[in-house]
Amino acid sequence: METAFSALVGIFFAVAVYLLLSKHIIRILLGAAILSNAVNLLIFTAGRLTREVPPIIPAHLYMPDEATANPLPQALVLTAIVISFSLFAFLLVLTYRAYQELGTDDTEEMRVAEPADDAMPPMGY
Amino acid sequence: MAAEQGKTVDLSVAMILDPVPAADWLVIAPVALPLIFGAVLLMLRHRTATQPRVAIAALAALFAVDLGLLIHVWTGGPVVMTMGRWLPPFGISFVADMLGATLVVTAGLVALVCGIFSIGTVNDIGRRYGFYAFMMLMVAGVNGSFLTGDIFNLYVWFEVFLISSFGLIILGSGRRQIDGATKYAILNLVATTLFLIATGYLYGIFGTLNMADIARKAPELRETAPLMTLATLYLVAFGMKAAAFPLNFWLPASYHTPRIVVAALFAGLLTKVGIYALLRTLVMLFPPERSVLSGLIIWLAIGTMLIGIFGALAQNDIRRVLGFVVVSGIGSMLAGIGLGSEVGLAGAIVYAVHSMLVMTALYLLAGQMRRAGGSYSLSDLAGLYRSHPMMAAIALFLVLAAAGLPPGSGLWPKVMLVQASLADGIWWLALAILVTGLLTTLALGRVFVLAFWRVKEAAERTGSEIATTASAQTAVLILCIPVAVMGVWPEPFIAAAQTAVAGLLDPATYAGAVFPVEAVQ
Repeated sequence: METAFSALVGIFFAVAVYLLLSKHIIRILLGAAILSNAVNLLIFTAGRLTREVPPIIPAHLYMPDEATANPLPQALVLTAIVISFSLFAFLLVLTYRAYQELGTDDTEEMRVAEPADDAMPPMGY
Repeated sequence: MAAEQGKTVDLSVAMILDPVPAADWLVIAPVALPLIFGAVLLMLRHRTATQPRVAIAALAALFAVDLGLLIHVWTGGPVVMTMGRWLPPFGISFVADMLGATLVVTAGLVALVCGIFSIGTVNDIGRRYGFYAFMMLMVAGVNGSFLTGDIFNLYVWFEVFLISSFGLIILGSGRRQIDGATKYAILNLVATTLFLIATGYLYGIFGTLNMADIARKAPELRETAPLMTLATLYLVAFGMKAAAFPLNFWLPASYHTPRIVVAALFAGLLTKVGIYALLRTLVMLFPPERSVLSGLIIWLAIGTMLIGIFGALAQNDIRRVLGFVVVSGIGSMLAGIGLGSEVGLAGAIVYAVHSMLVMTALYLLAGQMRRAGGSYSLSDLAGLYRSHPMMAAIALFLVLAAAGLPPGSGLWPKVMLVQASLADGIWWLALAILVTGLLTTLALGRVFVLAFWRVKEAAERTGSEIATTASAQTAVLILCIPVAVMGVWPEPFIAAAQTAVAGLLDPATYAGAVFPVEAVQ
């Protein structure tokens, strides 16, 4: 089970890195979305996968009497999902605004903040 | 259920039953206070005249609380508070040790000064779109990062200040801002995701996220677990956050685009959180891995210092010069982490405090120069010495401090770093630090010479000069006080840094504060 998930996480990372290396912001964004899902799966797998044993303690005991599924990775993943979802929403709007303002989504043409023909500082006075 | 069966539940096996001492609540105050006031300021969205008063009162209270925490930690050692009273490592612990407390106080001062500076410089539109609320939330995120004792919680605080910084950097929505913000947002998002990847692996290996617990378990696991991978991933992730070479390009691409007080706040707070996280993970959690990586970190440090300062020499816009100087300073702090000796690490911490104060002051000063001279460009600025002698004096003092020359604060951390690299026989690092100091003097000295000493001709007036405000001048002056004190009386700062380093190199005190029950046994 863990092996299959590890391979899946690897594929997710490969796809994400490929997309992040693109020049176009929209592809970079898709890469970032896949990257965050890759991490979520990674954390989920890192917490070990146990099927069909919910982490519920019987009424007369202080501790579960058998190994149960680990609930913590799910809490971590939930936090990470919420954060990456909100960041992704922000980035989508930001890129759309950037496209409106700059007229391009090609990172090599986005040179408004750092113009290629920026003047050199004066050499003397 | 247990009560129905008539059993009494022994809570002491799972919970801390002793009430938290009143003074220990100080640990949580630097996070809770700005969060509460961030919410209050959000509700005051349309009361633009009231906002700065509330914000500055809150920031002043925050600074007082920070100082209280520092005194508490200085006299009594690390202070711990565990959320929900669950016994650690199950509850999330907040731990203030000397490192965290020192940086929280410095961050508090930087935030207070930026708050004062903003009175006359952030207009009603900026206030209505939440400048003060974002600023408060960012301070909460930064303080949370300095104080948390749980590595996943550190990730959450990183995201809190990252999201607030997105809000601040696009405030105004200029074309340049949106361009800069896009690069800033995407690269920082990737860096925090790398941090999360490393944390996922760490949880898979250790089964715990509490830093004190990790520090305890690392020696046994070192034989079998791939801790080297973890340390390298953290180096990449936090190196990117700190803008270390070769992952530094997002900083000079974005820091000159937002309004100047936002840039000052970023320069003072954000990259240093990356350095703090490197100290916490590499030095406290994975020291043997850090010594394997030390050669690499030293070369990265040299690259960061030199690339930063060469970049600064080639810029015409003062804000871009300062952006590259921030990068260059990160190199000096990395040098201390690479050396790993007590003196080197203490030098890195003193440098971090110095850099937070001086870089914020320099950005704020650049804002003042823009108002007085009508431009940020070195080609246009001239004659400020004659019209603003007081500003010239402050500028000269800050330039000397940033370059590492007396009487400012920059001298001592550089002396410590050079001393530490010579003690380890790494003369090329000492050389790089000294060459960087010389080049910083040239880069910033040129800004001073051109903007203040060059004679201004009547035709050169740009017509966009604005009167400087008293509040902004006061803000820059306030920051000069600790810079001067650190320059002439560095002993308390160095002593604080040495205590912080002792706590990092031997995490027994830190772990003992988090797990007091087991320490007794």
